Formats: sequence, structure tokens, C-alpha cells
Amino acid sequence: MNTRRPPLLSASGLSVTYGGSVTAVCEVDLEVAEGETLALVGESGCGKSTLGRALLRLEPASAGTITFAGTDISRLSRAGLRLARADMQMVFQDPMGSLNPRRSIGAIIAEPLRQTRGVSVADALRRARELLERVGLSASMADRRPHEFSGGQRQRIGIARALASSPRFIVADEPVSALDVSVQAQVINLLGDLTRQENLTMVFISHDLGVVRHVATRVAVMYLGQIVEIADRDDFFAGPEHPYSEALLSAVPALRGDPSEVVRERIVLRGELPNPAAPPAGCRFNTRCAYATDLCLTETPALREITEGRMVRCHFPASDPDGRAVAAVDRDEDPIEHTAISSPTKEIA
Amino acid sequence: MTNLLLQTPEDPASAGMTIEQREVEGLSQGTIVRRRFFRHRGAMISIIALLLVAALVYSSIGVNLFGVQIPGWWRFGYEAQNTIINRGNPTWTLPFNFGLHPFGQDEIGRDIFARVMRGAQQSIVVTLLFGSIAAVIGVVIGALAGFYRGWVDQWLMRLTDLFIIFPILIIGAVLGRAVGGLGAAALGIGLGFLGWTALARLVRGEFLSLREREFVDAARVAGAGTGRIIFKHILPNAVGVVIVSSTLLMSGAILTEAALSFLGFGIAAPDVSLGQLINEYQGAFQTRPWLFWWPGLFIIIIALAINFIGDGLRDAFDPRQRRIPGGTGPYRQMGQVIAGWFRRRPSNAGIR
Repeated sequence: MNTRRPPLLSASGLSVTYGGSVTAVCEVDLEVAEGETLALVGESGCGKSTLGRALLRLEPASAGTITFAGTDISRLSRAGLRLARADMQMVFQDPMGSLNPRRSIGAIIAEPLRQTRGVSVADALRRARELLERVGLSASMADRRPHEFSGGQRQRIGIARALASSPRFIVADEPVSALDVSVQAQVINLLGDLTRQENLTMVFISHDLGVVRHVATRVAVMYLGQIVEIADRDDFFAGPEHPYSEALLSAVPALRGDPSEVVRERIVLRGELPNPAAPPAGCRFNTRCAYATDLCLTETPALREITEGRMVRCHFPASDPDGRAVAAVDRDEDPIEHTAISSPTKEIA
Repeated sequence: MTNLLLQTPEDPASAGMTIEQREVEGLSQGTIVRRRFFRHRGAMISIIALLLVAALVYSSIGVNLFGVQIPGWWRFGYEAQNTIINRGNPTWTLPFNFGLHPFGQDEIGRDIFARVMRGAQQSIVVTLLFGSIAAVIGVVIGALAGFYRGWVDQWLMRLTDLFIIFPILIIGAVLGRAVGGLGAAALGIGLGFLGWTALARLVRGEFLSLREREFVDAARVAGAGTGRIIFKHILPNAVGVVIVSSTLLMSGAILTEAALSFLGFGIAAPDVSLGQLINEYQGAFQTRPWLFWWPGLFIIIIALAINFIGDGLRDAFDPRQRRIPGGTGPYRQMGQVIAGWFRRRPSNAGIR
């Protein structure tokens, strides 16, 4: 897993700002290699959906560049972007809201083909019928409206639409969080199968680590608009580096007695997500971190590579026991009131 | 039902469906809308009534189409002065004995039937022109303001406010004076350029809410251009508001025309409109009330019929409406109340 292919999509210094003050996504650097499924995880409001949308230029970026297959799409004109969208599609979170209630399923699925590839109406509809079969629906349903379908079927339609223009890259924004658990598995499996068959590159946004473990090849954890950790899936689930990742993972219910499951101590984060309009100085996680020191209150940690293919934004990652040991003294105190901390053992990268 | 054959057993969309849903399943949008509309009793009655009125109005006294006079079957013209018979009273005795002047005559012997027909023609022209012009302007301005927001919205809405400030009656009066000779068409067009404001605001409101829906993002990802998103993706979802309020506008136009002509500013004297008839004969209210019963009746029939049709269209276009006949629109409810009222009376009489 350590030999990385050249990235299909890469973002550098990407920021998205709302209303001039709220920075939803803050200077994100991200590379997605061809054929991989990168999961973006984090709690609500951490900016993962905004980042996903910004990658497709659905959200205007306030700074940074996005390069897709060698072209800088962040500076493309409207017409150029339209053509580029043939290769970059999206599966939306709300399966009802993302399908236009006035249009037939056939027209909805045919739209990307007609608009980005200039395919004729008849050909696009033929392809839409094929796609309906591929996602497990019947081609005869092409004339129906979205309200006639169940949630799972609607999400299948959303997937068919995303695949219509034969894209290379897909952003799936919490595609199953609005569905029943029983239907989630079907849709996840369908998405996984299609990704493999089409050799799709995917950014999969989710807050459900169980789902992420199933679909992702790589995991990126976001906190307050920043990526705090990127790791291969197996490395990540074997042992997260960032304290926030540890807390996230410890919140996933585990089956006791399952030998493959590392039984973790439950880490309960105190406090609320800070106001993104006024993020804390230093490390953005310092208000809730159990290991935070004076250094964390003043010095912003950089996202640095600690082992190959593994990046973490923390002064004291889990693989650095010396640093943790210093902080461990104060483990039971309020995380903000750390005082007696000596200088860190590790230099800031 | 043929499409039962196509349903697979694991097709939950059709498994838990009511009979009404099965009825609409597998039909194209156009077919569903048409069927729903045709089964909307109020709308169908209104369409028939309106068509009959139009047929009567245009065939009876004929019409002047671009300078070509097409004659009608009625024996009197609307300007001709005839000898007064029956002291100007209506000669129509129920049921079918119409006589020479079924609606009566005015004090100089002009046939009221012919005059009402001419007035209704004018009202129809004004209504259609006003409705279509106001609807197009209102939709375009409202759609652009709601979709783009920001300064576009600011400018367009201040423009709308400016038009709202102008009292339509006074502008209409000035217009009527200035272009009085042009008649109904000019009046309809002029009013159309003034009367779009309410629709623009409604459409803007719809767009403000619809543009945030996820299917708009989906259309953008699908590569649709802005024009396509506005008119092909969002506007069809606002069609209910557009139809209902433009039919209201159209029935309002009849009343505005009537008011303007009543005040003497709309359609000028040698020509005839329904409002102008009422104005002309207001002095005869005590002595010969039929002189304005007839134009009043036609105003009511046309305005009500257009409203009912709008109600039916709105019900037909609503995709969430599962039942094919219309739901419980206000006019429908009103109709039910009236029907119930009529039904109750004989039974009460029976109890007594």
C-alpha cells in the first residue's frame, strides 16, 4: 500500500470561507490517488461536506487550487468546468431532495450525459435505462417520478445518475446516512461493486466509521475545517495517531470477544465543537484534547508525515510515547488547565 | 392492469401502494397532468362554460380580425339604434322565448345583448393579453431575482417596488386617455406591463427556497448551465404558484378593466366594454336594472371560470398529489359547500 500512484485529484491550500468570517475548510492539502476510495470522516459541522463540495467546485473556494487529472479546475471557465464535470460526479446525501420531483427518472439520469458529453436525448435515455438495470432497478421505471420510489431506490437512482457520464471521480456525500440500516448495506455494496468495476476514484464522506471500514482504502479525519490525520484504512483502524481519531474510534461500539477487534478504552470528549468563526489558537483540538500542553495552546501543529503514507496534525501522536508520557501526568484534569508541562520532547515539524 | 406484469416481487415502490398510486404509476407526466385536470369537475365545467361563452360572444355579433369583418348570426349590431319595443324591457320570457331583444334595450334603442357580447369580447382580449404579458414579465424578473440574489435581487425588487407604487388605476387612466383609440389590445398590453409585480414577488420567494434544494446542486454537477437550471429545473417546481397567481391576475384584469371603464378611462365611448356598460347605465339602476345585470353576470362568469381552471391546473401539476382528481382546493370546497346547501334544502322541506 505504500507505493502511491500519482494522484488523480489533488487540492492544495484549499479554503472555503462563508460570509467572510467562518472558515469551514481551512487550507486543506489532499491527494486522492487513482482507483482509491478516500473516506472523509468527522463530526457534524467539521467541514467534510463542504470540502467534498469544494472539490467539485460546487462551493466557491476562497483560496487554494484543485488539480484534476493534470488540469487546474479551480481556474476553469464556466464552459470548461461544464466539460470537466463529465469526469467528476457526485452522489448526494438526501436521496429525495437531490432528485427533481418534476422530472422523470430517465431524464434525471440522462441529464449529465446530455449536458457534459452532448449526447442526444434518445441515446442518453437508452443509456439511462441500462444504468437503471445496473443499479438493480428495472428499465421500465424510467418514466416514473422520484416520489414513486423508496429511499433506497432513490439513492440507487442517484448513483445511476452519478455514473451516467462515465466519470473517473465521484464524491459520495454521506450517501447512506438518510437510509434505513437494512437498506444501507445494499446501497454500500452496490457503490463498492460499481467502484471496482469502473475503476472509480471516490471521496466517501461519512460519519459512520463502520461503513468507512467497509468501503474505504484510506481514511482522512477532519476536525474544525482541517485534516488532522490521513492513514491507510488498516493502519487507521489498527491504531489511530491523533487524539481526536482515537476518540472517534473509541466511540464505535465493539463486540466483546471478537478477536479481530481491538477493545479500546472509551474516550469521552468534553465540551462542544468550538465556534468555527473563532477557532482556538494553537492546535484547534486543544480545548477538548486530553493530552494538550502549553505548546498546543500556542503552536499550531503542521500536518506531517510520521510514517510513509501516514500524516498527522499533532504534537503528541500516539506513536510518540515519550510525548504522551509527559502529557499523561495531567490526564485526569480539565484539558485546558494544563500547567506543569515541560518543553515538548519532539520538535515541531 | 398491464404494468402489473412488469413488477418484480421485490419492488417496494409498488408493493405498499394504494389504488390511487397504482393509477398514476407508469404514466408519463403529461398524461398524468391531463388526466388529473380532466377529472377536476370544477375546472372542466369552467372550461366548458368559458368555451361556450367565447363561442357565443364571438359568433353572435361577429368579430373584426385585423380589418376583416367576420359577420355573426345576431340580427343587431352593438352600435345600431333600433325602435324601442316592450319599453326597452327584456323580451326573453322563460324558458326559450327570446323575442327580439332578449336582454332588453337602452334608452336610445340599442340592443343590450349585442352590446354585452361586444363588451365580453373586449374583456377576453384584455384578460388574455394582460395575463400572458404579466405572467412572462413576473416569472422572468422573479426567477432572476430569486436565483441570483445579491445585487440583482436588490435592483429587480426595488424596480418591482417602483411599479407597485404606481397606482394601476391612475396609470391605466393616463394610458386610456393617451391611447384610447387603440382600444382593448392597448389597454391589455399596458396593464400587463404594470401588473406583474405580485407574481414577481411570489416567484422570487419560490426560487429563494427552491435554489437551496439539493437537486439544483445535482443539476449543476450534471453540467447544466444557469439558464437551464433556472427554466428547466427550478421553474417547473414553481409552476403551481405561477398558474394560480396568473389566473388570479387574469380574473383581476377583467375587474380592473371594468373599473377603469366604469370610471370612464378604459375603453372609450363609441366602443363597448363590460365595465363601461355598467358605468353608462348606472343612472338606470332603479328603473331598468337589467341594463347592468347582464354585463355584471358576464364579468362574474368569466372571472369565476378562470379561477376554477387555475385551481384545477394547480391540482393537476402537483406531483405529490396521488389522487387523480383534484384535492381540496378552495374553490372545490366552496363548490361542496354550495352543493351541500342545495342538497339540504329539499330534505329539510321533507321533515317539515
